[in-house]
Amino acid sequence: MGRTIAEKILQSHCAEKDLKKGALIKARVDFAFANDITGPLAIEVFNQVGASKVFNRDKITFVPDHFTPNKDIKSAQQAKMIKEFSQSQDLTYYFEIGQAGIEHALLPERGLALPGQFIVGADSHTPTSGALGALAVGVGSTDLGVVLALGEIWIRVPETIKFIYQGKLNKWVGGKDLILYTISQIGVNGANYKVMEFSGEVIRQLSIDHRFTMCNMATEAGAKSGIIEPDEITFTYLRSHTDKTFFPSLQSDPDAEYEQIMEIEVANIEPQVAFPHLPENCKPISEVGEIKIDQVVIGSCTNGRLEDLRLAATILKEHKVNSKVRVIIIPATQEVYREALEEGLIKIFIEAGAVVSPPTCGPCLGGHMGVLAKGERAISTTNRNFVGRMGHPESEVYLASPAVAAASAVTGKISSPEEVILT
Amino acid sequence: MILKGNVWKFGDNIDTDVIIPARYLNTSDAKELASHCLEDYDSKFIKKVKAGDIIVAGENFGCGSSREHAPIALKEAGISCVIAKSFARIFFRNAINIGLPIFESPEISQQVKQGDLLEVDLNKGIIKNLTTGQEYQVHPLPPFIQNIILAGGLVEYTKREMKRRTNYEQL
Repeated sequence: MGRTIAEKILQSHCAEKDLKKGALIKARVDFAFANDITGPLAIEVFNQVGASKVFNRDKITFVPDHFTPNKDIKSAQQAKMIKEFSQSQDLTYYFEIGQAGIEHALLPERGLALPGQFIVGADSHTPTSGALGALAVGVGSTDLGVVLALGEIWIRVPETIKFIYQGKLNKWVGGKDLILYTISQIGVNGANYKVMEFSGEVIRQLSIDHRFTMCNMATEAGAKSGIIEPDEITFTYLRSHTDKTFFPSLQSDPDAEYEQIMEIEVANIEPQVAFPHLPENCKPISEVGEIKIDQVVIGSCTNGRLEDLRLAATILKEHKVNSKVRVIIIPATQEVYREALEEGLIKIFIEAGAVVSPPTCGPCLGGHMGVLAKGERAISTTNRNFVGRMGHPESEVYLASPAVAAASAVTGKISSPEEVILT
Repeated sequence: MILKGNVWKFGDNIDTDVIIPARYLNTSDAKELASHCLEDYDSKFIKKVKAGDIIVAGENFGCGSSREHAPIALKEAGISCVIAKSFARIFFRNAINIGLPIFESPEISQQVKQGDLLEVDLNKGIIKNLTTGQEYQVHPLPPFIQNIILAGGLVEYTKREMKRRTNYEQL
């Protein structure tokens, strides 16, 4: 019986000879990371288990990204803790703000996620790197603390659901719409414990930034990870971001066993909007109706990359932000920020009347840089719209692509890009 | 080990943001986290919950963020066990790793009511509803995971593993 890409990766990271789906194994970890919220707990665990040295100083990093630049004294203490640990363990990689960004955007950019790798991160959006053909899995802090010490983790060999996207994408429809649509079809626990493998002609033509968005939100369907077979688009990205060698080809076997294969025709998919309070509550933009907004957020590990900002700029160019709306744009990393600056995107945002924030997770989780008041409503390119996610428990978050978010910024209500840009 | 407690009933998709909102994640102090546990869902929960109480929920309990602060807050608030129709995978790992017993049971999720008194036999996987007299047999956890729980959580389990490795290196 053939194997899926996820099974092949786990097979090459464990001692067992013939991996069976559902088996619990101990897998060797190629790269592990945590942030300013999950890191401190992981370090406590590392100390509690009696470890004194990390398993490999080249294979671990800490990224202060959630409440940074430090929003208050307690957050500063947490950021300090991961910095001091990184220094005391002499870690090869530690990313201080100014050289950093949101972990899931930053690590691929720095060549720290490669095809065929098994990566664990103490953050639920770790699957983002699956876009490069890595098996990247989110875990908790105790898990990560133990990985810091031992370099291995217990994991259940997951079943895989294969999604085959076919047809021609409509104008303004991208990775965010595809993943929101997919989540709306299978539900927020539709892939619990499983791997979502994204494939088909649409994926093969999708740019790497859109692929990151899709794998990023696999976790919103409960998945262990999202993954895409690496191809020429992947290799072009990797060659421009790392000198490291990587497996040139890694594919699921033609006779691999999938738990389910879902074929999705994309021709009928419109830009999607997820209504409060679950990412599965999606409507096509034509059915959204009149929903006024107070805030627009464009950024996050889901949609804060260069292509996302380009898309937003396409719409905000020669337009002004609606006077009743505040718009917060957050480049996901320092590098994305620099490139956006060079391309003139930041100028477009500033002239349109948006605030441009330094890279941070910030408002996505209601941390800082755009917290909502009682009764306020935001449209956001982030990943979750749970109760209280972006602030007051009686505030509301609608999820959409950068194109829809930018169009809504202009009109002051949730809008299709076509309302702003005549095609 | 036998646990006994009254039931707090919850619906589907109780996410970790609602269990412990991110605005309180600037600390990992268990007591402080517990003081805000589930406050966006029910602001009186933390005042009313008693040590030993048991959460019975629907599908996908603990979905969303990987924050281990969520099971830590529940445990510190006095919750002795969580029973749900299903769990989100990271919450499932986190609960086991910190030694918060959890069980999947669609029957209990459906039949048990708010306030019912449950008795949970962790080793045998037998759960009795002392209010109604109904008895349930739940799937025991896989042996590997039972070993982690028997050791008292992943930290204790790993301590032994570290010792074993050190001894091995000395041989």
